[in-house]
Amino acid sequence: MQFRLEKRPEPSRLMLYIAPLAAVVLTMVLGALLFSLIGYDGIGAVREIYFTPLLNPLKWQDLAIKAAPLIIIGVGLSIAYRANVWNIGAEGQYIMGGLAATGVALATHGMGGFWILPLMMLAGTAAGMAYASIPAFLKTRLNVNEILTSLMLTYASVQLIFYLIRGPWKDPMGIGFPQTRRFAEDARLSTLIEGTIVHSGVPIAIIVALIAWFVMSRTVFGYRMRVVGAAPHAARYGGFSENKTIWLALLVSGGLAGLAGMLEVAGPFQRMVPGFPANYGFTAIIVAFLGRLHPIGVIIAAIVMAVTFVGGAVAQTTIGLPDEATGIFQAMMLFLVLAGDLLVKYRIRRVQHTSAAGAA
Amino acid sequence: MPNRLELSGITKQFPGVLANDNVSFAVKPGEIHALLGENGAGKSTLVKMIYGIMQPDAGDIYWNGEKVSVPNPKAARRLGIGMVFQHFSLFEALTVLENIALGMDAKIPARELEARIREVMTTYGLMLDPHRTVATLSVGERQRIEIVRALLLNPQLLIMDEPTSVLTPQEVDQLFTVLRKLAADGCSILYISHKLHEIKALCDTATILRGGKLVDTCDPKQETSRSMAEKMIGSNLRDIVKVEGRTFGAPKLVVNRLSTLKAGHFDVPVDNVSFTVRTGEILGIAGVAGNGQNALLDALSGEIRSDDRDAITIDGLGIGNMDTTARRRQGLCAVPEERNGHAAVSEFTLSDNSVLTARDRLGMVVMGLINSGAAKTYTGRVIADFAVKALGPASTAGSLSGGNLQKYIMGREILQKPSVLVVSQPTWGVDAGAAAAIHQALVDLAAAGSAIVVISQDLDELRALADTLAVINMGRLSAARPVSEISIEEIGLLMGGVHDGMEAA
Repeated sequence: MQFRLEKRPEPSRLMLYIAPLAAVVLTMVLGALLFSLIGYDGIGAVREIYFTPLLNPLKWQDLAIKAAPLIIIGVGLSIAYRANVWNIGAEGQYIMGGLAATGVALATHGMGGFWILPLMMLAGTAAGMAYASIPAFLKTRLNVNEILTSLMLTYASVQLIFYLIRGPWKDPMGIGFPQTRRFAEDARLSTLIEGTIVHSGVPIAIIVALIAWFVMSRTVFGYRMRVVGAAPHAARYGGFSENKTIWLALLVSGGLAGLAGMLEVAGPFQRMVPGFPANYGFTAIIVAFLGRLHPIGVIIAAIVMAVTFVGGAVAQTTIGLPDEATGIFQAMMLFLVLAGDLLVKYRIRRVQHTSAAGAA
Repeated sequence: MPNRLELSGITKQFPGVLANDNVSFAVKPGEIHALLGENGAGKSTLVKMIYGIMQPDAGDIYWNGEKVSVPNPKAARRLGIGMVFQHFSLFEALTVLENIALGMDAKIPARELEARIREVMTTYGLMLDPHRTVATLSVGERQRIEIVRALLLNPQLLIMDEPTSVLTPQEVDQLFTVLRKLAADGCSILYISHKLHEIKALCDTATILRGGKLVDTCDPKQETSRSMAEKMIGSNLRDIVKVEGRTFGAPKLVVNRLSTLKAGHFDVPVDNVSFTVRTGEILGIAGVAGNGQNALLDALSGEIRSDDRDAITIDGLGIGNMDTTARRRQGLCAVPEERNGHAAVSEFTLSDNSVLTARDRLGMVVMGLINSGAAKTYTGRVIADFAVKALGPASTAGSLSGGNLQKYIMGREILQKPSVLVVSQPTWGVDAGAAAAIHQALVDLAAAGSAIVVISQDLDELRALADTLAVINMGRLSAARPVSEISIEEIGLLMGGVHDGMEAA
């Protein structure tokens, strides 16, 4: 006896939207079970991770600033994934964006002016694009798999941080700490509301998502991404070159990851530190899929993921859950989302072992 | 003598479709019985039940007068039912003998098997060297392996599923000789086809299905092709209205020594092809499937670009190095053979599918923004003018039946009024009514002054439609000649690769 995946004739539209919700609920159930089995307070873990951040208004600003980079990177990735271009290295592009913005901030230290922040944004975006163009070049010229190259380049970028903040960019007043000096006032994102930590990266993230929604549904660029992903052969027939699409997908997703890096370094961090790579680039992959590769879905998914980040930190202090618990919950969620997607499109059929000789 | 096979009240229901509705007919010993019907009429479902691949929901099967159930193909073969499928299942790297040995239910020593194969081959004139590798054989020769394989079981009924769709006219004649001899020896043959002249030439009785129901059982020799076609489609057949004595204008599309590179292991590239299509002319390109038709279409549409700008010219302007978008702007539209995923995106709405090829020619894009209103209006026009059965421009392409999708695709290109239109298999899998509409639209487009290239494997279609005809074989194209001056035999020889008439390019 065997099992076989069989394509459903018409996937249910309702299930398409219920599946991610079911994945989230199932993650809670399985997570509670898992942590109970290994001796923690499983129910408590789920409560702290998923509900405390939502029920406690003090945590809402944390959610907003955690969600912002996830939205920006997730939107970029969802555009690339639509075209079946698998940029897995958003983390590296995010780091390069942060580094480029740091470079501008340090170079303009002592100068003043409203132009410094826009210049940092520009530098961050350009650096993310430049870093993503390496896998684009390798893919289009030498047919090297972009999954591998973009992922591996992430580790190279981490090393670059360590080199720069221990060497040329080391804070002269830092008593030996490997970090840059704090950015000057004009190179920092101010808080939007007095007394909170919410910076302008949050509204920028929402604007980016809305623009992406418009672009994907109304422009030839969005059409190109959708048609290349849905039917590459038809795209070629329609006059969309595959190589150009790969370049565009990587440049857009890389550029947005770079922008997110700039906003992070100029907002919450205000200097480059070893802890700058916070896995936003990898988490955004889950966000993109959880959000159905749709910009508005990405906003919702980013908030869900932000909840697990904030809640994970809460659970560490309140019930002593290990740091890795957040990662386990997130991984479980991605797995269940993808499994849900599969089951919406396919059904599992048990096949009796009959002779296939009939086709002889 | 009892009937060899008798079906009584066979009914088979699929989700949403009644594939066979109370079908009853009988096949006598030694009779060649045609099963006739359009795509989707229920022919395949019916034979699958006879051969044990599916089970009927209701009704009985009688074999030599006794009621039987056929749980699987092995049981069918044990009864003495053999089947030759439309698509062969052969291993290219193995020899004829090895392929046959692999398909046998019982293990027979190779030497004994070879002796029996040779015996069957000489009896029925199916000449083939058992030790040749399948990869070196033509399609017709491969079909012979399948027939030999079925005959080794001494069948009393042989089912042939659209056997001639891949054969040249000469190979068809050879096949008919074999089938007649088999019938004379007492083997019944159930012959599935929609090619009416073949049925008239070969079959004793014809059972016609339409929409899963049996419409008529008749003697094809007493019927005309037209009367059978009308029974098949259930309405009167429309003729192509072609203005007599048309004259052609100046050369419009000129292809000069066009070649493509071999793209993959099974790709047949275009090899030094030259032809000219004049204003108002329809050039037909015949050929057995897999002889470079796909590469030719891609090279003309721009999906494959040439280094030589002047390999393809429209009104003297070289377009050989342009991409599909630029070629469309120059007035060249194309329709590839494969509908789903190539000519159209199943997941997209019809409106979005119109954007795929009509966006530049019809101004659906303004400064990078898609004017979805224009796309919707145009799609509505295509649906209305080509009688596409769809709920509207917002239906997805995947929700349309094959014939309706093809009508939409053809309409989408024709209503752009291209000065050059290149189409491959324009009526493949399309019912006769829709095919007639598509043919008429092509003739009208040519009459309005476009140059048209029709690549097809259907000789009847080409002879009805085309003004001039050329044959493609292994990527090489014969010289184009007026349809009226080229006989079926000549076309057959060219399709089989005899290139005496080849013009030195």
